[in-house]
Parts: sequence; structure tokens; C-alpha cells
Amino acid sequence: MRHKLALRIGPVGFRIGSAWRAPLDALAALYAGYPEPEDGICDFTVRLEPERPWRRLIRPSVAIRGDYILPDAAPLSFAHALLAAEMGMNLQMALGHKSCLLLHAATVEKNGRALIMTGESGAGKSTLAALLGERGWRLMGDEFALLHMESGTLLPFPRAISLKNGAIRVMEAEVEASRFGPRLIGTPKGDIRHLRPNEEAVARMGEGAIPALILFPRFGETAAVRGVGAAEVFMRLTQASTNYVALGRSGFEALTRLVKTIPALAIDYPDAETAIGLVDDFQRELAA
Amino acid sequence: MAGPTYIADPEGTVLGVELDGLTALFHAPSGMTHIVAPPAPQILDALREGPADAAELLRRLRVHFEFGDDEVIHARLDELETAGLVRRA
Repeated sequence: MRHKLALRIGPVGFRIGSAWRAPLDALAALYAGYPEPEDGICDFTVRLEPERPWRRLIRPSVAIRGDYILPDAAPLSFAHALLAAEMGMNLQMALGHKSCLLLHAATVEKNGRALIMTGESGAGKSTLAALLGERGWRLMGDEFALLHMESGTLLPFPRAISLKNGAIRVMEAEVEASRFGPRLIGTPKGDIRHLRPNEEAVARMGEGAIPALILFPRFGETAAVRGVGAAEVFMRLTQASTNYVALGRSGFEALTRLVKTIPALAIDYPDAETAIGLVDDFQRELAA
Repeated sequence: MAGPTYIADPEGTVLGVELDGLTALFHAPSGMTHIVAPPAPQILDALREGPADAAELLRRLRVHFEFGDDEVIHARLDELETAGLVRRA
């Protein structure tokens, strides 16, 4: 590969190679302050390559390659190469990580105890996690919750937060401009802008937390809270996991232990401030 | 006429965890996870005493539980067979 970048996010070392320099410059700026992989060892490699060799210069489009690939992954336009790099990193994690059960969920921490927020795409978990990360919580990750199977703790994976459409404006009002990547317009997921987690999230990326509460947030409804039974939580989390089936028995044991030991709530919220108020109330109750 | 005889996988190959009155089962031979309601876990336990037909299973279950009529056991055995948790001998 002509251009290379190596960085560590939580417990994982990534090597990103690219046929072009610009996407790696954008990635290096977005991940300014992130450490190098421990002992220089990379767990995963992501490669951004032209779809065909001659397409590096002529109408370039970016194909995502790596240790693990999806055969039908469509190439992205060159303007969205940063998104391609992010998607490539997610894909390697989702398919390749073995020591943790991966849940498609956002996690935040306070006083050593972590909140897991999961739900369908568009439920607002990324935005909520990003806001909580600026309001007294530590952001552990907006995309994957890493449940370490041996210890039962959650490990941080604070990659750049992928803000979509309306969430971009919400966070632009909250955070200084230097932490944002470029605005990517008209991607397959709409407009996207990446946000670097704050210094605390990056500095403490090696520090796990004990799971304390699972939340299923749903945006756009009148404020409401209901308990969710362990069997339903278990079923929903198997669906939210990218590697549950691959892990077999150890995944089953880790997930049943999680749902048996901590409570779960479904919350409906009409706006972010209401959700943050509810989350802070839960935190006070758990700490009491 | 006696009906079919059923077999369950031995203990240790199926891991069960109770969750709010339901049971999550991990079936190691297939790698599949199932969530089942009573009396499915009790039927599997009873079958681990050895292969049995429906009548024998009912006898075993009624030692510990009040159990409904024959139709219930046939319906549950059909479901467990479809799920791959029991098979015919």
C-alpha cells in the first residue's frame, strides 16, 4: 500500500492502508491524539483500494478490503473515502474480534459503572452517547459495546462518533469545531460527520467498566419508561450482536450472565434533554 | 400401538439458563440458541433418564408435575423435534 496509518482504539490495533493519501490525512486528523497499537501489533488491517487498478486516478471509487470482507460490499465514491475507512474498521471488528462479545450498542460510564444503550438504527443511541459524553459521562463507544467474556467487564472502543443528518447540528452546538471531521454529503446513510471523542474518552480507552444497566432508547415518542424482562433482553441482544453465533457456548454464557445480573429498561423520549434527564435519574438510583 | 420413541442429547451438550420463567438453551451440537417455555425444559430433563415414548414421558413427568392430557405432550415433542432438541430413536 502506498500510504499507511496505524492506531489503537480501545483494545484493538488497526493498520489502515490506502492507495491515496487524502483519506489517510483525513483519518489522521480525526484521530489526532490516539495512541499507536501496543508493541506495534495490529489486530486488523483495512485497505482502501481502487475498484480497478486504473481507477486510482480516473473517476476514483474506493473498495474496502481487509482480513475480513463482505463479498457484495459496494464501493464508495472517493469523496466518501473517510467513511469507507470507518466502515472497514467496523467490519473487521464485527467479523473478526474473538475475545469479546460484540453488541451493536453505545456505552457510557460514570463511577466505574457502564450503561449499555442499544436499539434499532435511528433510535438515537449514538447522539445520546455523544451528548452524555459531553455532560459528565465518559464515552466508551457509540457503535460497539465490547463485553469481555472472561471478566464480564465492558471494554471501551471509542472510535470517532458517526453523526448522521440532524445529529450533526445537535453536536456542532455542543462541541468545538476542531474535533469534527469533514461533512460527508449524500452518503448511502445520508449526511455524515465524524466527531472525535473528548480527551478523557481517549486517555481512558484502556480502562474497562462494570455493566450496570441496559437501555433500549426510542426517539420521537412521549417520555415513558418500562422494565424489560430478561428473556426479551437476551433475545434482543443476540440480535444486536455481530459475533454471538460465532462465539458459540462462551457467547451464550457471557450474554446470559449479563442479562441475569443487570436490569434493563426501555425508554421513549421526545427530545435529547429529556433522555439525558432520565439517564441521570437512573444513575442516581443505581448509585443510591 | 406404541408411538415413536424419542431421545434427547445428553446433559452437558445442552446448556440451560432460566430467564424470567423462560429458559434459554444453548444446543452445543448445532450451535443454536433456543428460548423455550415450560414444559419444554422439563420434557428434556425427563428424556435424559433414557429414550421414551410419549406415554412413558408422561409417566415420568407426572411423578413431579401435574401434567395435562396426551395432546400437550405430542404437540411439545413435535416442536422440540422441529427445533432439533429431540430426535426419534
